[in-house]
Amino acid sequence: MNAETPISLEQRKDKLQGLGCSRKRVEDARFTQGKGNYVDDIKLPGMLFGDFVRSPIGHGRIKSINKEAALAVPGVKAVLTADDLRPLGLHWMPTLAGDVQAVLADEKVLFQNQEVAFVVAEDRYAAADGVELVEVEYEDLPPLVDPFKAMEEGAPTLREDIADKTEGAHGPRRHPNHIFTWEAGDQAATEQALAGAEVVAEEMVSYQRVHPCPLETCGCVASMDKINGKLTIWGTFQAPHAVRTVASLITKIPEHNIRIISPDIGGGFGNKVGVYPGYICSAVASIVLGVPVKWIEDRMENLSTTAFARDYHMTGRIAATRDGRITGLWCHVLADHGAFDACADPTKFPAGFFNICTGSYDIPTAYVAVDGVYTNKAPGGVAYRCSFRVTEASYFIERMVDVLARKLDMDPAEIRLKNFIRKEQFPYTSALGWEYDSGDYETAMDKALKTVDYQGLRAEQKAAREAFQRGETRKLMGVGVAFFTEIVGAGPVKNCDILGLGMFDSCEIRIHPTGSAIARLGTISQGQGHATTFAQILASEIGIPAEDITLEEGDTDTAPYGLGTYGSRSTPVAGAATAMAGRKIRAKAQMIAAYLLEVHDGDLEWEVDRFQVKGNPERHKTMKEIAFAAYNQAIPGLEPGLEAVSYYDPPNMTYPFGAYVCVVDIDVDTGVTEIRRFYALDDCGTRINPMIIEGQVHGGLTEALAIAMGQEITYDEDGNVHGGSLMDFFLPTAVETPTWETDWTETPSPHHPIGAKGVGESPNVGGVSAFSNAVNDAFAHLGLTHTQMPHDHWRVWQTAQRLGLTGQPAAAE
Amino acid sequence: MIPGAFDYHRPRTLDEAISLLASLGEESRVVAGGHSLIPMMKLRMAVPEHLIDLREVAELRGIAVEGGQITIGAMTTQQEVIGSEELASACPILREAALQIADPQIRSLGTLGGNVANGDPGNDMPAVMQALDAAFVLRGPEGEREVVARAFYEGPFTTALGEGEVLAAIRIAAPAAGHGWAYEKQKRKIGDYATAAAAVLLELEGGTCRKASVALTNVGDTPLHAADAEAALVGSSLDAAAVEAAAAAARAIAEPAEDGRGPRAFRVHLTGVMVARAIEAAKRRAG
Repeated sequence: MNAETPISLEQRKDKLQGLGCSRKRVEDARFTQGKGNYVDDIKLPGMLFGDFVRSPIGHGRIKSINKEAALAVPGVKAVLTADDLRPLGLHWMPTLAGDVQAVLADEKVLFQNQEVAFVVAEDRYAAADGVELVEVEYEDLPPLVDPFKAMEEGAPTLREDIADKTEGAHGPRRHPNHIFTWEAGDQAATEQALAGAEVVAEEMVSYQRVHPCPLETCGCVASMDKINGKLTIWGTFQAPHAVRTVASLITKIPEHNIRIISPDIGGGFGNKVGVYPGYICSAVASIVLGVPVKWIEDRMENLSTTAFARDYHMTGRIAATRDGRITGLWCHVLADHGAFDACADPTKFPAGFFNICTGSYDIPTAYVAVDGVYTNKAPGGVAYRCSFRVTEASYFIERMVDVLARKLDMDPAEIRLKNFIRKEQFPYTSALGWEYDSGDYETAMDKALKTVDYQGLRAEQKAAREAFQRGETRKLMGVGVAFFTEIVGAGPVKNCDILGLGMFDSCEIRIHPTGSAIARLGTISQGQGHATTFAQILASEIGIPAEDITLEEGDTDTAPYGLGTYGSRSTPVAGAATAMAGRKIRAKAQMIAAYLLEVHDGDLEWEVDRFQVKGNPERHKTMKEIAFAAYNQAIPGLEPGLEAVSYYDPPNMTYPFGAYVCVVDIDVDTGVTEIRRFYALDDCGTRINPMIIEGQVHGGLTEALAIAMGQEITYDEDGNVHGGSLMDFFLPTAVETPTWETDWTETPSPHHPIGAKGVGESPNVGGVSAFSNAVNDAFAHLGLTHTQMPHDHWRVWQTAQRLGLTGQPAAAE
Repeated sequence: MIPGAFDYHRPRTLDEAISLLASLGEESRVVAGGHSLIPMMKLRMAVPEHLIDLREVAELRGIAVEGGQITIGAMTTQQEVIGSEELASACPILREAALQIADPQIRSLGTLGGNVANGDPGNDMPAVMQALDAAFVLRGPEGEREVVARAFYEGPFTTALGEGEVLAAIRIAAPAAGHGWAYEKQKRKIGDYATAAAAVLLELEGGTCRKASVALTNVGDTPLHAADAEAALVGSSLDAAAVEAAAAAARAIAEPAEDGRGPRAFRVHLTGVMVARAIEAAKRRAG
């Protein structure tokens, strides 16, 4: 009997499908069969459709709006303009960044495709016909598209509504187009370190404007029930509770009369964090017309109006000793925020967590300043598959370290190893103020370099360069090394809030009498697989098989309050709440088991799925038995039932990290970069579901590839947006996507209940640097230090041409 | 992305289609797969009142290879072109080019006729047809006429197709046995139009180029027949100097737009690279 016990223990563990197992995604049965329920699947009786009239110009004054022809279109029910919203006080709305944004253009348009009027009709066709017929007369104003010219004297004033305000939400403004200056670190000490340094490398590193471009665009259905006064909005919301609170504050509808439901969401990547005019207009239209109103943006609207990302122009100086020890880092960022400051950052962090830009390195002194400016571009500034401004920061430091390595003629891997924060330095407080929880960077880097045979790659590259020199090949080989440290899991309520809402998260668990359970969370999956992985956390905590646990999210009438899913915060915050709620369940279960087994609760120990008497495991009660007793047996001193709720305020962020290596071959005649190999080692602390982690890494790397190699939203000097359709905006298919090699180390977070750190965004953060470093590395022997992204064909070719490699006569110019 | 209102017609015969076109007048358009026209309608850049769908017109489908003459019905899909062994052996450049158009889903609906008749400079088949010196059979109320591909394209979306005319078929004299061929296309991603592309056909005799055809895609308002590039090749051994001379001649006529695919200088340069690579590939294949 005893000999068999270990086997049955294993079987019991396996049955739970808890932490560490590659449980198949429970969501996929419906997604792969087309049975998902997305916003656009919601059809209500009498539902109308809204569509926007948008500005054709980037900057102008609205002279007149004539709705008559549109209202004459059969099926058109209403045309809303700013004048219609004004009496309700809803023609402007607060942004997440403490600014205001026009819901419908109020006297001025400030970017191409800005929302000017909202046409509501019986079907989408009538609405679109109505949109065509709304006549808007504009007076052109000079567009401002270059952020570097935003604060010049004589630059056109974009925001007349706040032109005289010298104080913004984040401190003083020194120009009508200036939004804020944000600083971190010790300026004087850093400048001193630079002045006295043996070596200083400088570079201007731009991270272009891109867009998260989820498969499903943004949209909503608003339904005002005039009988009970309740407003229900189904929408693509990454933070449904925050939307409810904000909606209540904006509309003055009591919060209990607003219900926000996020149904299945087809990817968010930060695009669905913000509040957009479509939501407000749909809600107003439903309130006014008394019927449900649906608004779904099309792809071009999505790309050109709702939530761009990045657009950071980062000037850096990095100081070091001659043997490569980094002694200081200085950075100034010019941040192009577009026409309204609608960045989705915690309130106290107008530049997000950009001050993670010292990266994975022990840099004794650093200083960073960020200036945000207005331009005639769409608002946004969301964290596209990353924590707030962390990809920008990581890209900056990973380029700067490479630039420094070139200057010192050091190997990029060697300089990183030399400057890493050492394992024994954790918890480590950076020069810019973050406390890194845990890390073992050298082990990760060593494993990566060994696995890819880094020395071998460098030898091959040397031979390839010689062959190129001899004219035997027209291809250049590049090896990109990147190491990143993320800062995710926002965050501790003491310094993280959005519009005053603390960034805790929550989980509520109810155990059913027969031993199955339902758990509800304040987060919302957009493809991450929460229903799969959070059930695994719970299974390990409470001994109920994951398949017997239902996970629900996204309905504010049923789910506990939480701040939603973005910035890799679900596992660090809601995942912790889940474990903590599970532990509350277990604590009560222990008392019930003690009663049932007639022992003191201190005499019991937990084993996988049961409490057993210490030293006498034959005497035990399984969680299933305990659950039944909790509901059906009178237990002195204990309330019936088995439920728990946990609101988890994390003591710190988590700091996932990783080592990536990318190998490219560049055809200098065509500018085509072939990704020969990509190796990604991720350390996200405790691994909940390795299969899902691998899927997350694949997805994040593919988006990193897209950004590094092609994605770009640009504006011409007339203020016209380019890249606003999938014809031009680079969304890689299977053909363009290389094979990903994934690997891992596991350094648990010391402060997270199960040691998990989050992983969904790491590959985007680390990936972009690895691709870009590889492209730059291919030309490094010719003196190149940095070229701007995206590394698309023509830019790479231009680099080759600049370096005299193309052999192309000037006649081609 | 919602088109304006239109009436939809689905004739069964070409005569019926032509008489519909005549009776419905200027505001009617034929649709032959719809992968260019429908997106333009969704953007309301095209707002036809009547759409005449040719998909049920059986006489417009099919591939015939007889006595060195190839006839392809205008409604033959790219997928049918790719799948035809007869075509692959008589005129392999067609399969090579068709495989570089968009993606399998689009190729299964998009037609050869639609691709060549729409006049979109981004389409691939027009340059291939110019290289092949194909003729387009046009049918209208006045009857049938032929216009050669090299004279068909007048400007962006402007062709020799007359009002009320429908492209019925494409006629190609099969290239000589043993010819070399290549369609070299560089694009940013699957589904994209060419940044630059070149169609090349070569005939060699004893190591000397006897005949050469070169045409270019998406580096001008229309497909470009590169006659000077051809002249640079004929009579040569296709040595490096001749290849560079042909590439230079192609660059000289390229006038690409400056767009997300790159600045003009890059696309002009790439035109030369595509031509040179197409010549090299065609030379390797010529037997």
